[in-house]
Amino acid sequence: MEIKLIVFLPLLAALIAGLGQRYIGAKAAKIVTTGALFASCALSWPLFVYFLSLGDLSLNDSASRTMIVPVLDWVKSGDLVFNWELRVDALTAVMLVVVTTVSSLVHLYSWGYMDEDPDQPRFFAYLSLFTFAMLMLVTANNLVQMFFGWEGVGLASYLLIGFWYKKPSANAAAIKAFVVNRVGDLGFMLGIFGLFWLFGTVSIPEILTAAPDKVGSSVGFLGYRVDTMSLLCCLLFIGAMGKSAQLGLHTWLPDAMEGPTPVSALIHAATMVTAGVFMVCRLSPLFETSQFALNVVTIVGATTALFAATVGLVQNDIKRVIAYSTCSQLGYMFFAAGTGAYGAAMFHLFTHAFFKALLFLGAGSVIHAMHHEQDMRYYGGLRKHIPITFWAMMAGTLAITGVGIVGLGGFAGFYSKDAIIEAAFAATGPWHMYAFAIGVFAALLTSFYSWRLIFLTFFGKPRWEQSEHIQHAVHDAHGHDDHGHDAHGHHESHDGTAGYHPHESPWSMLVPLAVLTLGAVFAGFVFHNGFIEAEEGATFWVNSTLAFNAHLMHEMHLVPMWVKLASTVAMLVGLFTAWMMYIRSNDAPARLAANFQPLYKFLLNKWYFDELYNLIFVRPAFWIGRQFWKIGDEGIIDRFGPNGSAWVVQQGSRFAVRMQSGYLYTYALVMLLGLVAAISWFMVQAR
Amino acid sequence: MIHIISFYLFASILLAAAAMVIFSRNPVHSVLWLIVAFFNAAGLMVLVGAEFIAMLLVIVYVGAVAVLFLFVVMMLDIDFAELRSGFSKNLPLGLLLAIVLVVELVLGLGAYRAGAVKLGQAAATTVAASKPNIEAMGALLYSKYIFLFETAGLILLVAMIGAIVLTHRQRKGTRAQNISRQNQRRPQDAVRNVNQPVGQGVEL
Amino acid sequence: MIGIEHYLVVSSILFVLGVLGIFLNRKNVIIILMAIELILLSVNINLVAFSAFLGDLTGQVFAMFVLTVAAGEAAIGLAILVIYFRGRGTIAVDDANRMKG
Repeated sequence: MEIKLIVFLPLLAALIAGLGQRYIGAKAAKIVTTGALFASCALSWPLFVYFLSLGDLSLNDSASRTMIVPVLDWVKSGDLVFNWELRVDALTAVMLVVVTTVSSLVHLYSWGYMDEDPDQPRFFAYLSLFTFAMLMLVTANNLVQMFFGWEGVGLASYLLIGFWYKKPSANAAAIKAFVVNRVGDLGFMLGIFGLFWLFGTVSIPEILTAAPDKVGSSVGFLGYRVDTMSLLCCLLFIGAMGKSAQLGLHTWLPDAMEGPTPVSALIHAATMVTAGVFMVCRLSPLFETSQFALNVVTIVGATTALFAATVGLVQNDIKRVIAYSTCSQLGYMFFAAGTGAYGAAMFHLFTHAFFKALLFLGAGSVIHAMHHEQDMRYYGGLRKHIPITFWAMMAGTLAITGVGIVGLGGFAGFYSKDAIIEAAFAATGPWHMYAFAIGVFAALLTSFYSWRLIFLTFFGKPRWEQSEHIQHAVHDAHGHDDHGHDAHGHHESHDGTAGYHPHESPWSMLVPLAVLTLGAVFAGFVFHNGFIEAEEGATFWVNSTLAFNAHLMHEMHLVPMWVKLASTVAMLVGLFTAWMMYIRSNDAPARLAANFQPLYKFLLNKWYFDELYNLIFVRPAFWIGRQFWKIGDEGIIDRFGPNGSAWVVQQGSRFAVRMQSGYLYTYALVMLLGLVAAISWFMVQAR
Repeated sequence: MIHIISFYLFASILLAAAAMVIFSRNPVHSVLWLIVAFFNAAGLMVLVGAEFIAMLLVIVYVGAVAVLFLFVVMMLDIDFAELRSGFSKNLPLGLLLAIVLVVELVLGLGAYRAGAVKLGQAAATTVAASKPNIEAMGALLYSKYIFLFETAGLILLVAMIGAIVLTHRQRKGTRAQNISRQNQRRPQDAVRNVNQPVGQGVEL
Repeated sequence: MIGIEHYLVVSSILFVLGVLGIFLNRKNVIIILMAIELILLSVNINLVAFSAFLGDLTGQVFAMFVLTVAAGEAAIGLAILVIYFRGRGTIAVDDANRMKG
């Protein structure tokens, strides 16, 4: 029963806030939505703890622990039968706490961040709508319901990215996100159709039980004979690639930073982008039947991790760095799934939600303090001005870089990321060493750019004098108080501040930061048993559809010591390099960029993917559209259709006008003619 | 005998006059020919025994309508010299159509004569030949057709009002009496008592 | 003997003459109005002839009403003509082409 409340309270709140904005006002809308989300969160944690505490049960009992709550009948069409049902198992419970916790904290954070925005009810309604769609996705027991949630989060993402719809760049980014997602959704849809065609059902448990029987079968596709399960899994993975911004369908994620920062924290860090990972883990028994598909997942995930980390090295916008960091960490999760360590992937998803949301919300706090300036080149020395934000972001960075001591403990990322790297080493697939090497190298890059962000933002001297946003802030402030003191002229401050002093954020923004800091620090330590340890993990994950490879998890702990230390070493190297470049020296980054100009430009322009896509897809699409429009629509259809008939009517009337001479006697003559004709006709007819 | 002669006389003059109405150059002549035609038509009707209608024709048509025509022709002050007397180019076609029409009307008549067309029943308004036409008409008009009679009166009223409304011109610059304003005048608006010292004029 | 057909022939010829008068003339509009009167006259002769030869007085009553209406219509038509003349200064039929489309 509570699951229905958990899922539908956000929907109710979204409807009330969205449709009733005019009647209840902004304040009531905010309270309703945030309250509903906190209620959902409060109901989700007990479910999660319940699954964790199920302890030492025999595996045969697993079926009874999964709850399926029916809601409504949906489709009964011949062989195609599926209903609205909410599935609650261990995997769902993990996602429930992630989604509701981060969402409720983001709701609370938005009280402070969106305080001066006139459209607040709409924003909160969209946030709650998104949460509802995500919850439908994770509680889906059949693929069509999952797709409903999939599309719903895509819609909510579009609405939220383009929230400030008066900005053209926001509109463009929203459309880009939706269209790129659509490409992935096509693959997902084809996968669902294929699964239905193969198994005769879209219900997830039935498909997963029937999957092993189809191993080795083959099917005709586009004229070739291919392995069925590989094909279907690859199609499903294409959907995951679109939603989780993997290499090839990643171009929308950096542009999605046009949306407000709470949106980035909720959607593009913690929940929507993790839907792809969730889907792969949910359908993991399916993926397990096809080594080829697992290889694809591994390669794509690892390459994405590397690619995104390299691009994040040189970005100047604080949100973009964190966005690429997200993309990279998602790559980690995928190659963990690809190498068979689904538990590790989910664990990283769990911890990543906390520290990435923390990083985003902290960045939002910085942006709020710096009057909407987002370029890190204009930051500097902020730790004295906004200390709480500083410590929160430190915690987030320590978590993401995986600071910890082997054998003792550490921050959240230490547990989850190291688990992934160790599992990659211990795995047996053909690409696992590639994944392992990439994982270690990407950890180095992750550490570098994360510490770069911290050093640029919070250390050093203030550099925001030249920033336009700061100039606006200063002039607004001056305009308000000193009209009579124009003799002052500009504040000539030689400390680079231009007289602007950033101030700390309000409590509504700081409380979520504090809660997430707790998560980032302790989540790994507290929960790693259930997720990735061999025995407890087996009993936890057995209550779900996740294919938990207990053997691999066991092997993971037996890897050589150098493997375990590798990621810590990588982290330290990255930290040291960043410290050298940004604290010790003043111009090392600039010199490095100048020396390696082409490489720098290549990374700065995101490996020129956007330009490539523009050339290959966007321009031809527009060209085709223009042809259809100008030649097809206007030239043919309009010309012969409406415009054509209008032209014919005009010509006809021009001819008919000649009959209207205006002369009375002509009219009389014609009348007489008609009279005679009528009489003649009657007379002839009577005969 | 005289019956036949008078019929052909009246008929031929009637038709000739009608033709002259159309083909006459001078509009005044046209009106006069019209009057001749009316008189002869009245004669035809007398021959048939409807003397009331015949007299009505003379009084109303000749006395009122034709005179009205004459008035208007005179009033419009048409310059005769300018009028072109040529006929329209439609003449051949028009003549052809006219001949066709006549032939058809006659043919229709012939069909009636051959018994192919049934006429309506003669109603119960047959009249004894002894009663004078006007008495019989009166009896019918005031009993059976009284509503139509009243309506005809209304039509004439409307025509009268219509003609006046159409042609009435407001002359500018005339000062008419406004009786109601005159009646509303009060002594205190019209008369003012002034106590003026001797030798000084009064300001109006 | 004079039968009804004689009267009807006269009436038809009169009718056609009236119709001819409407569209044949180019001179002036009054001729048209007079031609209309001719048409109405022919109808009256027709009605009276039938009334006499059928012994039914209805025809004569109808003829009286036709007379009334014709008088009214002539009055109004002439009033319109007067106004038309006031506005245009001419009553030549050729110039009456304001309804040109």
